Formats: sequence, structure tokens, C-alpha cells
Amino acid sequence: MDFGSINPILLIASLMVASTPILLAALGEMVVEKAGVLNLGVEGMMITGAVVGFAIGVNTGSSWAGFGVAALAGAALSMIFAVITQILLSNQVATGLGLTLFGLGLSSLIGKPYVGMKAPGFAKLHIPGLSEIPFLGPILFRHDPMVYVSILLIAAVWYLLTFTRAGLILRAVGENHNAAHALGYKVKGVRFLAIAFGGAMAGLGGAYVSLVRVPQWVEGMTAGAGWIALAIVVFASWRPWRILLGAYLFGGITVLQLNLQAAGSSIPVEYLSMSPYIITILVLVIISIRGNHGAPGSLGRVFHASH
Amino acid sequence: MSFIRLEKRPAPSATLSALTPVMAVIATMVAGGIMFAILGANPLEAIRTIFWDPLFDPQFGPYSRPQLLVKAGPLILIAIGLALGFRAGIWNIGAEGQYIMGAVVGAGAGLAFYPSESPLIFPFMVLAGAFGGWAWAMIPAILKTRFGTNEILVSLMLVYVAENILASVSSGLLRNPDGMGFPGSRNMARDYPAASNTEIIAGTGMHWGVVAAFIAVIFAYVLMTRHKMGFAIRLAGEAPRAARFAGVSPTRLIIFCLGTAGALAGLAGLFEVSGPAGQISIDFNSGYGFTAIIVAFLGRLHPVGILLAGLLMALTYIGGELAQLMLGMPAAAIQLFQGMLLFFLLAMDVFANYRIRIGKPEVVA
Repeated sequence: MDFGSINPILLIASLMVASTPILLAALGEMVVEKAGVLNLGVEGMMITGAVVGFAIGVNTGSSWAGFGVAALAGAALSMIFAVITQILLSNQVATGLGLTLFGLGLSSLIGKPYVGMKAPGFAKLHIPGLSEIPFLGPILFRHDPMVYVSILLIAAVWYLLTFTRAGLILRAVGENHNAAHALGYKVKGVRFLAIAFGGAMAGLGGAYVSLVRVPQWVEGMTAGAGWIALAIVVFASWRPWRILLGAYLFGGITVLQLNLQAAGSSIPVEYLSMSPYIITILVLVIISIRGNHGAPGSLGRVFHASH
Repeated sequence: MSFIRLEKRPAPSATLSALTPVMAVIATMVAGGIMFAILGANPLEAIRTIFWDPLFDPQFGPYSRPQLLVKAGPLILIAIGLALGFRAGIWNIGAEGQYIMGAVVGAGAGLAFYPSESPLIFPFMVLAGAFGGWAWAMIPAILKTRFGTNEILVSLMLVYVAENILASVSSGLLRNPDGMGFPGSRNMARDYPAASNTEIIAGTGMHWGVVAAFIAVIFAYVLMTRHKMGFAIRLAGEAPRAARFAGVSPTRLIIFCLGTAGALAGLAGLFEVSGPAGQISIDFNSGYGFTAIIVAFLGRLHPVGILLAGLLMALTYIGGELAQLMLGMPAAAIQLFQGMLLFFLLAMDVFANYRIRIGKPEVVA
């Protein structure tokens, strides 16, 4: 094996690209869970975002349009989940699974004509001055705009949840929906908004996979990223900045194993490809040993105002 | 105050619980018809091709009817196991991985003795297949009971691990030495009689996996209605606190439910790999583990319901293939159709669990 062929600057830079889809999806799901809803449909919304974003990107030639419509598509799909779980009071686990199965079918149906096409380019943004710094410049400041957008979104969600009244209401609804309801907050309204936001973020994350990370449409291309996003929410103990940490950690493992594959490691390819999933399990175990702090009190419970 | 209100029923309506799957199927046919129309097919023809022709068309029926049992067998087997856990609030979502590992371990056990003709080989493979699935399910079970790790995420991550193991053994450990380097194991159904899962009654599609599915239905029915463990499962799902006071051990329940589900999924994988599929190959798994989740819910998590739901879902597979062939319908349309079915079913549960009241709520003094 040739370790020399692994360039550390490139490795860290590509880590940020590999992490961005999971980062976006996990951040969205964290907001949903903060509102007390468990949506297991992330994978389905991501793959739908991937195919819709790609189709729009190819047809308009604009990746930005692709991202925008993918976010809308993710949010639209999440509304099926919202209606069935919030108005018709169904089991959230089963409905979320249904959403994933539905999204996988829908995406391969929409994606058929787009197999083999190439995504429109998405120019990298060389931040003047900063990108010239040796070592750090190429790692941190020569990415496509979505990498920066994703980090700004973390900051925005953190600010909203921690310092604003809207964030307080959202957390109250997730912590104890009966109390929030008694105080006069619209539990369902808040949850609908949170679910829509989660869907939009998953859609963005999916579009990032098909427009930037892989730049083409391949059936089932999110390959469990949506599920890993769910695991990262647990890893992050429902805190925004830890989402960033978790996503980058996971992205790092993914990129490292891909680099080892390319460098002709003696470890068989299959064992390298399964490593991100095994490490996710190990991380979940370590987090669980410490106890389940941070999980919103009403997470996954059906809310029914009986009065 | 809203004009339409939901009022929780003291207990779910049994009549409506039984009726909702039928209503969901009808609603799915309507919505599916609209989808087929959008795809440019005649909706009535599409529905007929999927639900009627595989059974009754003189041309396709003789081929399709046996396929019904072939496809329903693994779905029922897996869904029975999943439903035990779902009823207790234990969410094993990784049946696909347990199915793969059952097939890998079971096929491996058989292929190790090639070309022996001993009649003990197939029973040994059955045990090994069940063990493979069971062992794979024990990972989330033990992590949950020991460390409180979420079983949904762990069992799911293990699906991706199992897929990689499958890819590895089909081009490595279990590769056919006479296969000229192509990935994939020996074909057990064709070239290794002692390890093949044969059709028991010719022309019916009835193989050992279907027999096992019927046994599992009876076993689960007796367990749920007559046995203490069935009572513990129901209690844990409906009233977790009461279950703890009644002395139901969550650890035992988790080990039992995940273990049974894993063993049944492993059996399904073994019967599939030694029969209809014939060999271990990279894309041997066909998503039965995920479709079985729909089957479990469609069958109301009840053994007899699952039997019927498994047959119905098998019909959509066969009808879907026929629709691909005859109408050029994309394969994904059927997956979408199955997803819709689950949505409608979950949405209609509201009628079983709640009463719909119209009008202003009365003021309680």
C-alpha cells in the first residue's frame, strides 16, 4: 500500500464535502426531534431531494435551482408524514419507515431518464485572501458555497434554539406537549413547521450528493446517509454544534476508507466500505453508555388534545 | 375550537381494525390508478394486470399462481417475526440484514460439504440459516439490553454491513471454484441436490420455506393467544409501566423478540438461497426484509392477517412484473404502490382508534 499517495490537505478538504449531506440532513432532523417528533423518513426525503435536485439542475443548468427545488420537494414529501402522524395520529416509527420506502420508489421512478447524465458544475468559491493562507487556505476556504451555507445554517439553528422565543416554544413543545398545549401554544402548528424544515434540509442534503459529491444520478445513491444522519442526532445529544462534529467525524471515516481503497490497501474493499457503519454503531454504543441525556421528553409520542 | 374532532375510543374498534386494510387496499388502487394514468398507462388495465391476471388469466395464471407462494413464503416468515417485536414496541428494522446473514451462513454450511449426498445436509443448513439470522439480530438485542443503544439504528446499520459481507463472500469465500472467476457461489438448486430446497408438490410453488411460513403463522398464533410470553409481549406494547409491575423482564422480551425475528428472517434467507435464488450472489437480497415491514402492518401485526397480507403483497410483486412486461411499467412504480399502501393503512388507523365527532364540543361543567 502506498500511503504517500494520500494527500492530507486533500483528505481534510474532501472530508468537508463528504460530510455536508449528512450535516444538512442531521441538522434538519435535530430540529424535528427538538419539536418532539421522530421522523425516520430522512433517507426517503434525501433520495427524493437527490433525484429532484439533479433533474432540475440538469434541465436548468443551474445547481442553485436544483438545491432550491430539492428543498421544496423534501418539504413536500415530509408533509405526507406530517398529515398522517399529526392529524391522523399514526405511529411515527411506522410512518417514517413508510416515507423512506415511498421515497426510494419515487426517486427511482423519477430518476430513470437521468441515469448516466452529468450534473452541471458547481463552482468553488475561493474566498479572496483567506484561501491563500498556506495549508489552512486550501482546506477551509476553497469550497463550493453549500459547504459554507451548511455551517451558517448550524449557527442559525443554534442561535434560534438558544436565544429566541420561537426556539423556546419549539423546545417546550418537544419537551412536554401537554404543558405547551395548556400554555396555549399550537403544538401541531409548531410540529408541522419543524417537520417541513427537516424535510427541506434532508432534500438539500440529498441534492448535495447528486449535484456536488458524486455529480450524477445513481439509484439508491444516498446509501444509508439518511440513517446515519439519524444516528448523528443521537451522537450530538440534540445540540447543533455537536452535529457539525459528528458529521465531520463520520465524513472523515468515509473519506479515509475511500482513500485507503484508492491507495490499494491490503484490507479488502468490502471491509473498508462497511467500516463507516460499524463505527456508527460503536459511537452509538459509547453515547448510550453515558445515558440518554438530551432527548426531548415528548419524542415520538402521539399528541392528542383531548380538551 | 375546531369543528371536526377526534375522540379517543376506550379500546380500538375490532371491526374497523379488520376493515381498514381492505379500505387501504381500495384507496391504494384508486391512488395507484391515478399514478398509472400519469405514467401514461390505462389505469383499469394496470390494476387488472396487477391484481387479476396473475391469478385468473389463462395465459399467465399457470406460471404466476405458483409464484404467489414462492414470493409470499419469505415475506410471511419475516413479517411474523417482526410483528412480535413491533407489538412489544421493539423495532427491528434490520430484517434485510438478518435475511442476508441467514442465507450466507446457511449456504456456507451446505457448500462446505459439497459434493456430499447425505440427507442430513439440508436440515443442517436450515439450522445454520436460522442461527445466522439469530446471531445477527443478537447484536442489536445485546447492545440494547446492555447499553440501551437504539435498536432501530443499530439493526439498520447492520443491513449495510451484511450487504458488504455478502459482496465479500460471493467473490471470495463462497465463490464457485468452477465458476471461471465470476462472483457467485455454486448453484445449489441446480447442481447440488442434497442442499437444494425443492418444490414439495410439483407445479404449486410449495417449497420448504412456504411450509415453514405456515408453521410460523400457527406458532405465532398459539404464542400470542395461549402462552405467557405472548401475554408479556402484548402487555409491554400496550402498557409498558403495567408490564414492569407485572414482572415482565424487558431484557428477556428484547432477546426473545429480536432473536425470533432474526431466526425467522435467517430461515427465509436460507430457503430463498437454496431454492428460488439458487446461489449466493452480490445482489441476491431483494428487499424482502423491508417489504415484510409493510406486510406486518398490513396484517395488523396479527399472524392470520400477516398470512393474508403476505399473499397480497406477493401478488403485487408478481402483478408488478407482469405489468412491466405487458405495459412497460417501471419496476419502481410497484415499490411506490407498496409505500402508498402503508400510508393509507396508517392514515386509516385513525378510524379504528378514534371516533370522528362533528360539531362544537360540549362544555363540561
